[in-house]
Amino acid sequence: MLSIQNLHVSVGGKSILKGLSLDLPQGEVHAIMGPNGAGKSTLSYTLAGRAGYEVTEGSATLDGQDLLSLSPDERAAKGVFLSFQYPLEIPGVPALTFIRTALNAKRKAKGRDEIAAPEFLKLARAAATGLKMDFEMLRRGLNVGFSGGEKKRMEILQAVMLSPSLLILDETDSGLDIDALRIVSEGVNNLRSPDRSMLVITHYQRLLDHIKPDKVHVLAAGRIVASGGPELALELEREGYDKYGVKEAA
Amino acid sequence: MSLASAIRTRDLNELPSRRDEDWRWSDLKAVIRVMPDPSPAAYTAAANPALDGIDAARILYINGRLVDGGRIAIPATGKGAFVRRFVSATAETAHHVDAPVEVGAGGRLLLIDSFEGQAAGYLASTTGAIRLDEGAVVERIVLIDEPEDAVSVARFEVQLSEGASFSQTVLATGAKRQRFETHVAHPGGASVRLDGAYLLGGARHSDQTTVLNHEGLAGLSSQLVKGVVADRARAVFQGKIIVAKGADGTDARMGSHAILLSDRAEVDAKPELEIYADDVQCAHGNTVGALDDAALFYARSRGIPELQAKAMLTAAFVGEVVVRIGDDAAREMARAWVEVKLAGLV
Repeated sequence: MLSIQNLHVSVGGKSILKGLSLDLPQGEVHAIMGPNGAGKSTLSYTLAGRAGYEVTEGSATLDGQDLLSLSPDERAAKGVFLSFQYPLEIPGVPALTFIRTALNAKRKAKGRDEIAAPEFLKLARAAATGLKMDFEMLRRGLNVGFSGGEKKRMEILQAVMLSPSLLILDETDSGLDIDALRIVSEGVNNLRSPDRSMLVITHYQRLLDHIKPDKVHVLAAGRIVASGGPELALELEREGYDKYGVKEAA
Repeated sequence: MSLASAIRTRDLNELPSRRDEDWRWSDLKAVIRVMPDPSPAAYTAAANPALDGIDAARILYINGRLVDGGRIAIPATGKGAFVRRFVSATAETAHHVDAPVEVGAGGRLLLIDSFEGQAAGYLASTTGAIRLDEGAVVERIVLIDEPEDAVSVARFEVQLSEGASFSQTVLATGAKRQRFETHVAHPGGASVRLDGAYLLGGARHSDQTTVLNHEGLAGLSSQLVKGVVADRARAVFQGKIIVAKGADGTDARMGSHAILLSDRAEVDAKPELEIYADDVQCAHGNTVGALDDAALFYARSRGIPELQAKAMLTAAFVGEVVVRIGDDAAREMARAWVEVKLAGLV
């Protein structure tokens, strides 16, 4: 269970999150919707531990354990996985090498041996097939020359391989066409499990047609201002964020 | 004026200094106050396991003397592979050697030149002419692994004929002063790759200087020099490309990129293009920066610990030079060499 209490976060001296509280029970999928500038990416980067996101007040715990004092890699070892809105390109590091290094680091943190090469390749092949990815792409530099949709699939492939207990999807639908959106969403849905929680952060309702959340929260001006069932997403789609005191640029 | 002539004449005034424009970042006069005694003859050198994977004939120079093997001369249409070791084995002494290479028309050569310091505080000078006749193909990998108090200068003059191909990758870890110069006379209708990588820590200095002279029609050249500089180390890259009048159709590309791992590390890069022909394609790019924080965070967010992530990203950065090596065994040797040297820096 992810529990965030009264979280205040500043970036470059500017206050972005202003008392955000949220409970995400194990096995549930919650969506966070909000307009541009509400603090959606700040929330995901803060949970993943990016430098420059200064927590001035509040707490975030995963299964009772403080997350905020941990380094990004320690958080990953505890089960946190952030699917990036803009995945990085890493020239010279084949995707397979990157994922195997990450997987082995995680196993090492748990006191387990490195994964055997044949077993790893078998898992990677299965994950690629599930996401309709050409396995040869995994031999190339990570994300180098990939389209937006391919990068997002690569994020989900990594999530499949690393099997996190908390999956944070930051604007996973951005830059995807309908087909890619469907494939990525299927990949995410296959990851639903009683021992995994998901936080789906998105501006638009359309992703939630494919990934059905248990709960929807509205993030505006750095706080959760409303929470409800899936119907809340439809209402936001119809009526916009106006009633939460937000005017969006067209 | 050169280290070679200073060693020969024992005259410190022969040393290049920062007053010489081409030596302003690699002043020798400032670091050599006394000319050491000539290096004595020596006949044994410690083994170098880094070279074990290469299936090639061995040539050994110690203290500037040829002690095993001979000169490299590949006959027309012949084929050869050599590992040539230049070992400096006696502390606080000076030596110079000239080691030429000839490859006849249509000949092929794989050459690994390994410069090894097995003693402290020496001065070493190496020169050599490398002649490629028509259609000859040479791939050369240079490893320079010296102690931090040594001074070494190497200068090679490469002369290509029509249809020849010369590919070189210089990998260096620096010394008190360490300079590797390559001068190429490019006749056009031939192809040249002049790559390099430097991996520097402590107070080390490494200078890779190249002068590439496109003298004829339709010459190709490509150059990629990359490096990682930590601590107070200093890297110098001077790359000059000259396209002579009438050398139309020349296609010359140069890239020089460095990562600084500390605030006190320094890179001095001077790419120079002198173009006297009209119809040419020349491009050069030069970057110096820190390790990409965003990429580092991305790797760490997937569970890769900071040091391991830094090592992975720097190895990938330098790896772009290594992957251009054509020979499989030489590429694997270079990759392993870089991995070991980087482990001490990150």
